[in-house]
This record gives sequence, structure tokens and C-alpha cells, in this order.
Amino acid sequence: MILIVAEHAGGKLAKSTLEMVTAARQSGREGPVTVLVLGQGVADVANEAARYADQVLVADLPQLANYNAEVWAAATAQIAQEGEASTVIIGGSRSGREYAPRVAVKLDAPYLEDVIQLSASGNALQAQRYTYLARVTETVEAEAPVIVVTVKPGSFAPAAPAAAAGEQYDVELDLPAPRVEVTGKSVEKSSRVALTEADVIVTGGRGVGSPENFATYVEGLADRIGAGVGATRAVVDAGWRPYAEQVGQTGKTVQPKAYIALGVSGAVQHLSGMGKSKYIVAINKDAEAPIFKVADYGIVGDVNQIVPALIEAARK
Amino acid sequence: MKILTLVRQVPDAEARVKITGQNVDLEGATLVIDGMDEYGVEEALRLREGGGGVEEIVALAVGPKRVEDALRTALAMGVDRAIHVETDQKLDPIALSRVVAQVAQAEGAGLILVGGQEADWDSQALGAATAERLGWPQLTWTNELQLEGDTLTGRHDVDDGNESFRASLPAVVTTQQGLNEPRYPTLPNIMKAKKKELRKDDLGQYGAQPAVRVVNSEIQTRARLNKMIDGKDPQAAAEQLLDLLRNEAKVIA
Repeated sequence: MILIVAEHAGGKLAKSTLEMVTAARQSGREGPVTVLVLGQGVADVANEAARYADQVLVADLPQLANYNAEVWAAATAQIAQEGEASTVIIGGSRSGREYAPRVAVKLDAPYLEDVIQLSASGNALQAQRYTYLARVTETVEAEAPVIVVTVKPGSFAPAAPAAAAGEQYDVELDLPAPRVEVTGKSVEKSSRVALTEADVIVTGGRGVGSPENFATYVEGLADRIGAGVGATRAVVDAGWRPYAEQVGQTGKTVQPKAYIALGVSGAVQHLSGMGKSKYIVAINKDAEAPIFKVADYGIVGDVNQIVPALIEAARK
Repeated sequence: MKILTLVRQVPDAEARVKITGQNVDLEGATLVIDGMDEYGVEEALRLREGGGGVEEIVALAVGPKRVEDALRTALAMGVDRAIHVETDQKLDPIALSRVVAQVAQAEGAGLILVGGQEADWDSQALGAATAERLGWPQLTWTNELQLEGDTLTGRHDVDDGNESFRASLPAVVTTQQGLNEPRYPTLPNIMKAKKKELRKDDLGQYGAQPAVRVVNSEIQTRARLNKMIDGKDPQAAAEQLLDLLRNEAKVIA
């Protein structure tokens, strides 16, 4: 079987799970597409998953109420072994890429990380992924009875529901006790569309000038055109904006239809997080800023003058 | 307690990456310690300076001869000694974790520090894979760390925000920006570093074989339109841009 570990939050299946179903079906690897749902109180998630998968395995247990790398790795590896999985597909989220390597070691399996494309050739599995701060696209290959893969969010189209709902089965697991104790949690909430799901993103850099200008111009434009808000590392380091908004090597990787960069210079680390956007727009008063090299549309000018005009024009 | 800190050598972020044949060619590129690993070296030094009962800090690198330079930088920053597993063979992170785990065991390390995402592989796997081989817990994307006795506390990023944590040693911690500001090696420390031990090991003794093969590497630069709009008249520029976004790119309503 091809084993997919569902990503879900707030009682709903995440879009990334449907993307993994597509990756599984396109991969050409053997076996029924099986979704494993780990959590507590996940009946709704399992029902939703059943619309897309050949079968759904459900582990609805109190020990799975909160994500933990060691527990998730143990659960996934046990099911993969019992079901003789040919392929294990895990989401390329922060947590997915945190526990997937443990699964690979437990199964003594090759690990293809954060892939954007998958295809079987004979017994081997080929994948594409970005390397060198997303400047290089690498094709990698592994051949083994079982291979562990993480899939980069946004790289595959979400699967459509299947004609017939897959069967659901409850599974038993022997789980370790978590050894990392979580003593506090701060959830970064935003009323706007999530960065990784937004079609349009407006991002501000230091060139915006101040936290107040950021709110007026970056948020102002984003709200006017229904976009998500991003920030550069410099802006986050300066404490103007929360880390959750950071785009780049150490922040989020995004791939929207349009990425509008205001006062962003375009350091390589930033480009690695947004360089695959379909259209890139840059507004910066420094005509030499590297961001213009990757821009589809560029305006050399002061954000403080251009953006109010843009907000006004968007009203029409 | 002994800390093992992982050091990888990567092209400088501003360096141009070129491909020769099917592979990335680093000939002539400026190579530096991976910034993410540098946070780990710095954090090891700070844990010791903070009185955390750190007896020794050992830096480990696996790679070709040139990787010595990255180890020398770590030594000049203040680590006590270095181990270089010299090889021209490319290991994937899962294979490399086999070497790291064995060195950690042989050294009796209680804490391993490693960068959260390497700038050459774009991989986050090394810390987690090493932790699994050792049967240790892991803390990834750490941006705050304290050590008291054998208890680690701190804060790290998770999918939807960040968490404060507590865990006991031994453990693997992956490091990232915001954790600290790495120090520059001073000239006296660079001189001193030349006398520090840099042990050479042979990869053969660790039995690590890559399971992933690189078939091809390509630099894919998307052709960009590079349409420049005159910004002298903000009004006109704004309207022109909006028109392009609506009618040419069709990305906004």
C-alpha cells in the first residue's frame, strides 16, 4: 500500500492531504492509496479522508491528542510495517519534516524530502526537489522495498473525491510516552488568509520605513485586494512583524499567483522562499535592488507614494 | 557533559551556483560554515559560558578535504577540538546521521547541536534522523535554549506558532536564526585554533552508504517579464500596474 499520513487541524482535513493523495496516485508506486488519521476525536476527519482514499486507517487515541515527533514516527512506522507499505507519504510541513526522518530510520528506508514531483521507474522512485536555497532543481532516485517521502505543500493539485468512499478501519498502536514536555504554547493567529494558501501576497521589507507604514501600506493594500501579508526577515528581526509572516529560507515558502514585494531588496534567502511565485511585482526606490531581476512588473519609486495611489486605484 | 556540534560547509548565499554535467559545481565558489550550523557552534559556547556544566565542545564535519576550513572556523570561535571524517563521497542526510550517531556515542556526547535546514541540501532531516538512531528526543527550530543540570528548557517554532518546552538530556537540538548572534573569530583565537586537535577519521569505519542517488541537477530560472513602469508619476504608475495585474496577469479581480 501507499501510506499517507493525514494532516488535519480543527477537525478538518488540510488541503495538503489531498495534494498527497494526488502525489500517491501519480507516483506509479504499488498498492491501494491508504490514509492514516492520527489524533483524538478525528471521526469527521476520517470520514472526509474516506471520500478520497481507497482505505482509511484511524487511530483515535488520547495519546495522539497532541502532535509529538517520537509518537508520530512510532505510529507511522508501525502501520507501514504491518501494512507492508511500498511508500510512506508525509506532509512537507514543519512537523512532517520533523518526524519523517525518524520514520525513515525506523524502516531503514531511503528518504526523499520536500519533493515537488514523483514518478516510479521500475522498482525505483524518482523525485524532484529544490536545493541550494531553491536555486537548483535536483532529480533524486531511490530503490528499496519501502521509501519515505515528504511532499512540498502546493506542488500537487488537490485530489478530487473518488467515486466510492474508502473503507475505514480502526488500528491499534503501541506508542511511546512523549519525552518532550510542552510547557506553553503561543498560536500565531491572523484574520487574513493563510500565507501558504493565499493566491496573492503583499510583503513588506525594511524599505517600507516603519511599523506604522507597514500597517498603512502593506496591510492596507493586502486588505484592499484580499491578499495575505508577508514580511522579510529584516522586518521580523526588527520586531515590526510576527515571525509567522516571515517569508524565506527560515520562514515560510510560498508560491502564490502574485507576490507583491514592497520595499523588499531581494536577498537570496528571501528569494528562496518566494521565487517560484507565478508573477512577482516589485516596488522599491533602489533601482539596483536584486528583486527587480526576478520581477515581472517593477516600479522604481517610493512605497509611500506609489502604494497609496495603488490602494486608491484598486478602489475603482 | 560533552556537546557535539555539527558543521557543514556550503556555498555563500550570495555565491553563484553553477552546474557542470549533472551536478552542482562548487569550483571557485566561496564556501562558508552553514549559517544554521554556526548558530549551533555559538549556542554550545554560550551554554558553557552560562555555567551549564559543559566539559567539552567537539565539532564534527563529514566531507572532502576543504571542509577543514569550516572546522578551523569553529575551532577559532572557541570549540575545543574537531573531528573530520574525510570523504569525497556524497552522503544523504539519513546516511550521514549514521556517522553522527556513532561519533556521538563514541564521544559520550549528551547534546548534539545541528542546523535546522542546510543551505545546500535544503534539508531538515539530519537532526531528526540522528536523534532516532540514538533513541534520543529532538527539539527542532529552536530559538531559545537554557541548560540547567541535565534539563533543557527553551522555545521553538511549530506548525502554527511556537512552544515552550522542557526535556532531559541526552537530546538533539536543531538551531536557527534568532537563537543567538554568532561571534567572529578574533585573530588571537584563529592563531590558537591552529594548535587545537583536528582528528581525521576514515568514512569506511562507519559503514554509511547513501541510499539516495542524485540523477540530475538543473538551474531553472523562470523567464520573467521584467516590465518596468516609470514611477515618477505615482498615480499613473499605480493605474498601469493595476491594469497589468488585472488584464495581463489576471491575478486580481
